[in-house]
Amino acid sequence: MLFWDAILWIFSPDRLTGSSPLPLLIGQHLAYTLVSVAIAAVIAIPVGYLIGHTGRGREIAVGISGAARALPSFGLMLLLVLLIGVTQKPLAATIAFVILAIPSILAGAYAGLEQIDRRVIDAARAVGMTEWQILWKVEVPLGLPLLIGGLRSAALQVVATVTIAGYIGLGALGLPIIAGLELRDFTRMLGAALLIVVLALAIDGVFAVIQHLVVPRGVTAGRVADLRPTSSRRRAVMGTPIEEGRG
Amino acid sequence: MTWVLNNLGLLWELSVQHVVLAIPPILVGFVIAVPLGYLAYRFRLTRGLILTITGLLYTIPSLALLVVLPVFLGISLLSPLNLSVALTIYAVAIMARSVSDALGSVDPAIRQSATAVGFGSARRFWTVDFPLAGPVILAGVRVAAVSTISLVTVGILIGVQSLGYLFTNGFERRIIPEILAGVVLVVVIALVIDYLLALLGRVLMPWSRMGVSA
Repeated sequence: MLFWDAILWIFSPDRLTGSSPLPLLIGQHLAYTLVSVAIAAVIAIPVGYLIGHTGRGREIAVGISGAARALPSFGLMLLLVLLIGVTQKPLAATIAFVILAIPSILAGAYAGLEQIDRRVIDAARAVGMTEWQILWKVEVPLGLPLLIGGLRSAALQVVATVTIAGYIGLGALGLPIIAGLELRDFTRMLGAALLIVVLALAIDGVFAVIQHLVVPRGVTAGRVADLRPTSSRRRAVMGTPIEEGRG
Repeated sequence: MTWVLNNLGLLWELSVQHVVLAIPPILVGFVIAVPLGYLAYRFRLTRGLILTITGLLYTIPSLALLVVLPVFLGISLLSPLNLSVALTIYAVAIMARSVSDALGSVDPAIRQSATAVGFGSARRFWTVDFPLAGPVILAGVRVAAVSTISLVTVGILIGVQSLGYLFTNGFERRIIPEILAGVVLVVVIALVIDYLLALLGRVLMPWSRMGVSA
């Protein structure tokens, strides 16, 4: 049984020794993912909030997230490694991961703000909140589930790309797969693949739980579980009255 | 640039292979996703089941899926069919969700009117629900098409020839223009197919005046 052999491979004591022990590879995989998503978040969240709060530059955000889907992550990574230098593989690869993580986070940040009922924001403005208070006390909490959703897609995208980075010798769990391909050692490949599946599902699960927990109390209806590229709802521009029955 | 001009034949050949690999998973994925999306929209039990399973499949990284799939399919890891099945799974995962969302977005009043004037459920689905859901379904098809075209490149790791060949070959030979040409061609093909799908939608569904953009 192939799966049984692969599981035996994972739990064999030999996996703890040698030049690339399994716990190290798992750690590398997690570290690359966490660091890249964190850097991407620091860049993308402020920009996404700016777009979501002001409503300006929305087309740019939609365009970026649309075009990013077309970008082949494998090619982008190899291109950056050659451009930055094969001696700087971890740096080049991390830049590629960050670039790949930015669009989903950006989309999550601005979509989270965009889907908020404009009347809520007008109400906040009417009771005298400053723009800063509106952002922090109204928009950020209400937009958090979608932002976490964006981080979730970004993390999964990076986990997948870190796997492919085994090809450039970056280590992580892609290493046994690429090595297994060359050596025609299917057990090793399947073992690593199963670990990657478990890792991806675990990361997805953690984000799913967080996404559920950050829904503010009082928000019962209208919870959007998935990122939509565009909202068909008409945007209210700051200062213009809401027209009922449109959009 | 010189590299590109000297290899136009290769670039054309790989682009054709790339498109040939990308189209069947999109089409087969669509044919599978419509009934699955309907089941997910129609019944609560199947909704949870279908959306959870497709969601979980979608989280599996491509290279890992390419290794695990042959065990279930009983085919060689290096077979092009392996790549096609993996790409179809991702396409189904994207489109089943959008079909279900799209059907849910149809105004219930319209559905009730159709029933009131005597439409049976099958006729109502094909002549009312499905066309009205079309623009949102198309948005999902466009997302699936673009990501399939981009994902085909990973196939080169299991030896399936596509524009991904330019990535590994360019990397091994340290030719930056070769990789760049590959990346640009993949993006161009994805954008062209995306545009053609949008155009097709406008021709087939003139009622989608809202314009669905991806």
